[in-house]
Amino acid sequence: MSPDLGCDETSPALRKLLRDPPFHVYDKTVRRRRAVLGLLVALSLILLTESFGDRTGGGLHSVQRGFLTVLSPIEDGASRALKPVHDLFGWIGDTINAKSQRDKYRKQLQVTQAALIQANAAVRVNAQAAATLGVDQTYNLASDGPVTATVNVRSPDLFNEEVGVGRGTSSGIAQGDPVVDGDGLVGKVATATSNEAFITLINDSTSGVSATDNTTGAVGIVDPTDGDPDTLTMAYLGAGDIVKQGDMIVTAGTVSTSTGLAVSHFPPNIPIGRVTSVDSNDPGAGVHLAPMAKLHDIDVVQILTKVPGA
Amino acid sequence: MSEETHLGLRLAALTLGAVIIQIAVVSQFTVFGVNADITPLVVGSAGLLTGPVAGSIVGFSMGLLIDMLLVQTLGVSALVYTLIGFGAGRLRELRAPQATFTPLGLGAAATAVATIGYSLLEFLLGVDAPVSFLLVRQILATIILNTLISLPVYAGVRRWLRPALPEDPRRRRRRAYTTGGLSPLSRQ
Repeated sequence: MSPDLGCDETSPALRKLLRDPPFHVYDKTVRRRRAVLGLLVALSLILLTESFGDRTGGGLHSVQRGFLTVLSPIEDGASRALKPVHDLFGWIGDTINAKSQRDKYRKQLQVTQAALIQANAAVRVNAQAAATLGVDQTYNLASDGPVTATVNVRSPDLFNEEVGVGRGTSSGIAQGDPVVDGDGLVGKVATATSNEAFITLINDSTSGVSATDNTTGAVGIVDPTDGDPDTLTMAYLGAGDIVKQGDMIVTAGTVSTSTGLAVSHFPPNIPIGRVTSVDSNDPGAGVHLAPMAKLHDIDVVQILTKVPGA
Repeated sequence: MSEETHLGLRLAALTLGAVIIQIAVVSQFTVFGVNADITPLVVGSAGLLTGPVAGSIVGFSMGLLIDMLLVQTLGVSALVYTLIGFGAGRLRELRAPQATFTPLGLGAAATAVATIGYSLLEFLLGVDAPVSFLLVRQILATIILNTLISLPVYAGVRRWLRPALPEDPRRRRRRAYTTGGLSPLSRQ
């Protein structure tokens, strides 16, 4: 609204004066704003200069200390009053921190467990490899052309007791070759490709090994026990043959071609198992033995590639 | 009690309360390795709600209070916070921002001015501290943390000051319309 100048507001002179005033109008608010800002900035700079130049103690520092003395009880009271809030946030922080630490330690534990498992596996494989290599001397298998192989495939079911190894016909392995490990007889090669072979274990339902009691000389056939892959059965014992609990059963091996008996796939005197029980009612079919080789835990085997008849 | 006195008292209580809460409570929590600082947010919010004069006075008072209570060089925080309060008030005058997220940007800017300005002044005063990556990281982390809490801080300040603030014309219009005062349907 234009000021009342006591003249006609529609006159061209007044309109020109209002549109283009010959002086600058400083609004009171603007001046006040600038004055306050300038005053506060100046005050800050004065305080800063005085305080900085008087670090060792003086008037300003006395004021500062006095102010602190007055306000510190309030600050202390507020701190006490707000302690539950502080504790709540502290608890949340501690919980989050504890959770992150727990997760970190869990990861460390997983890594350590994985390393431990690998170390244990390496120890086990090494022990088996050493035992398997010692088999050559123990059972005089050096002339049977042993080929050491590592198990890399295991049968996923209980119906086919097979394992696969990373050696094949290129290493001289052929179907029917006997397989042993450091503890005794494992099985025979079921099929072989150039770089892989599958071994039928002695507890597979298709397996059968001519065997003899190492103590009494009783001869029979070792078959798997139906429904129990951890036990073998010695059957087809001759009349009058005696087998006792605790006897070691070994492979009968190639006896003679002149007798008309079939040539065995397996060399003689390889441990098959130890007799665990003998059924007195039916000793001919009730001899049970536990296999010497850990058939569910084989890592390294030796495949005999030059056994006569294999 | 006049409106100005009422507003002044509320601003004084806000200043004192914010500084005490900051020193007694907020400064004791460490998040991402840094402490949140609600004081620049409160100064910025007060400036945005009340204008540059009140904002700069609040900033100066709060800065001086902090310098006093933390036994720092007097005037450093006061100078920085005065500029923050004035800047926030000028933002209100020039732009009148109404966006919901204005306090976020204002909080980030206020914290940046506070932390960087304080560091610069300390360097100018000859504090023997190298400009390290740690300092830059701490400043950035503080800005981010303060930005995150700027909305609730602004809401709290507005809630505290609202009874003493001049009534917002838009709110008055909305209320009048709701009650039928300005409804065109009620006019004959």
